[in-house]
Amino acid sequence: MIRILPFLAAGLALGFAPALAAGPDLGAVEKSPTNWPAIGMFLFFVLFTLGITYRAAKGSKSAADFYAAGGGISAGTNSLAIAGDYMSAASFLGISGLVYSSGFDGLIYSTGFLVGWPIVLFLIAERLRNLGKFTFADVASFRLDQTSVRIISATGTLVVVAFYLIAQMVGAGKLIQLLFGLPYLYAVVLVGALMIIYVAFGGMKATTWVQVIKAGLLLGGASFMAGAVLYQYGFSPEKLFAAAVQTHPKGDAIMAPGGLVTNPIDSISLGVGLMFGTAGLPHILMRFFTVSDAQAARKSVFYATGLIGYFYILTFIIGFGGIALLMSDPSYFKLGADGTTYDKLKDMLGGTNMVAVNLANAVGGPYFLGFISAVAFATILAVVAGLTLAGASAISHDLYAQVFARGRTTEKAEVNLSKASAVGIGIVAIVLGYIFENQNVAFMVGLAFSVAASCNFPVLAMSILWRGTTTWGALLGGLVGLVAAVSMVVLSDAVWVKTFGHPVALFPYANPALFSMPLAFLTIWGVSVLDRTRRGNRERAAFDAQFVRSETGIGASGAHAH
Amino acid sequence: MNTIKTIGASAPLAATTVHGAGDGLEPDPRLDRVAANPIFQTLVRERTRYGWILTGAMLVVYFGFIGLIAFDKALLATKVGGTASLGFYMGMFVIVFAFLLTGIYVARANTRFDRLSAELVRSLAK
Repeated sequence: MIRILPFLAAGLALGFAPALAAGPDLGAVEKSPTNWPAIGMFLFFVLFTLGITYRAAKGSKSAADFYAAGGGISAGTNSLAIAGDYMSAASFLGISGLVYSSGFDGLIYSTGFLVGWPIVLFLIAERLRNLGKFTFADVASFRLDQTSVRIISATGTLVVVAFYLIAQMVGAGKLIQLLFGLPYLYAVVLVGALMIIYVAFGGMKATTWVQVIKAGLLLGGASFMAGAVLYQYGFSPEKLFAAAVQTHPKGDAIMAPGGLVTNPIDSISLGVGLMFGTAGLPHILMRFFTVSDAQAARKSVFYATGLIGYFYILTFIIGFGGIALLMSDPSYFKLGADGTTYDKLKDMLGGTNMVAVNLANAVGGPYFLGFISAVAFATILAVVAGLTLAGASAISHDLYAQVFARGRTTEKAEVNLSKASAVGIGIVAIVLGYIFENQNVAFMVGLAFSVAASCNFPVLAMSILWRGTTTWGALLGGLVGLVAAVSMVVLSDAVWVKTFGHPVALFPYANPALFSMPLAFLTIWGVSVLDRTRRGNRERAAFDAQFVRSETGIGASGAHAH
Repeated sequence: MNTIKTIGASAPLAATTVHGAGDGLEPDPRLDRVAANPIFQTLVRERTRYGWILTGAMLVVYFGFIGLIAFDKALLATKVGGTASLGFYMGMFVIVFAFLLTGIYVARANTRFDRLSAELVRSLAK
């Protein structure tokens, strides 16, 4: 069972779901003829968002416009954008597919993804808004050495973005292949080209509005589906569960924890990674700089938590709806040799990730199916655009402007470099998406979460919350967390055995966060305590000014005065 | 709240670079005044305590749930009413609880903490 865990952990972690990662399951590709209603609706979405990008491009002049949408996004809009960043095609298709095949176990992921948000709100959100400008490295390096801390923060950002992006690109290619009947390479190039256009021309404004529209469509579509399912059972979840238990081959077992999480250490480590990884995802942290002040940042997390929680409840109902309404209907399955028998769990058309899509057809007919397919594509597109912007900002704002040019650059040059970086990242993503087509990339999103929890989050939290943090502590601690998280995953079953073909995994667990995150915190603490340099003393003394500003937003006025 | 908005939050977006200690951040005498202000100290003490208590509550509830999944599956399989299991209700509870906690924090922050912040700004303006 430990073997299944990394696969699911990563596959479901907003990337895409396991069956999509496994090549052979996609034999269903030939079965999907070109889906015209879906393509039509998707083209409409693309044209509409390109229109928004055009308008955003005309209005985006300054660096603040490009990185932070001019700080003019309202709390309500930002909460939809945050929720949109978080509700990927994997949450939607992957978790409803997991609920379909295992029932209760889907809840383990739903809860894990949600519980990071209160932590973000209580410890990070307002302080981040008060201290930062465009990226979380602004905050982490506020009183520390710009060069060192920006290097480690930007590295953490780029590693997270790279793994996340590869997983999304491969998932996108396969999903589009399946939904629209387009060849894999075309699909990957299409996604890459569109995300370059959104980010390079429209910056944060376009990226935000694409995300908001998609979040609205996804929540609307999922609400309709869950409502249609419940309607058939007189809006009684109890009747729905009873029908599902009767139909599902595992029977009553779907209402209880199953085999997904059997190793206690691994399940807790998974929980740590999901919970604290959320607080270290660079594309999520960037969203706190798009609102006007700390109050708006606070409210956006509150609304976003509600939207995301609501969405996970919907996916749960959709999964159970899939069991109750699809399992007994042979038209949604590949039939066996005799033409009548099929495996309810394995033979679904397109794999179990297609539960939500097939259910859309069952409750709303072919046009609703087209709509949900288009929404799934839009979802991927919006998420990769957000990731690309986070990566481009790290390259231009952190690495170029502060590390290479040492602050001696113009805003215009920085924004231009950021646009060029977006193009570069897009091209790299297309190439990697193509290279990794037939690789097992399911562990990559889990790895992205682990790195976020073990490098970005400790550096950020310690520099904001602990007076004693020095540059050496943050630099070495972040580095240790990053290296530990990556190497533990490389030595785990998912990579060491499945990809490299070694007989035994050297690291026994699928999820490293339980070990790598405390290691990072300990290193930051230990090195900072031992740091007796003059710079270290100066940095500890500078904490007071940072503290006042982080708690009130007031210290920032000093920047105007002199 | 407008005072805070203009003083605090618009500044980060101005075209000034963020100072690091290495750049020789000029000690601003007004910051010491803020740090010594009793209203500031009350605000920070209360908010920090509140934030950590709620964080603790979230950790206990979530890792309690994960712990039960890891160590006591049979308990979670117990039927409550008809088909739905105890684990199902607990999972739903974790989701609702997370949302309620953020609501509790925001309600407190919108009233008590924002009022303290406004008082602080007024007392500094004197």
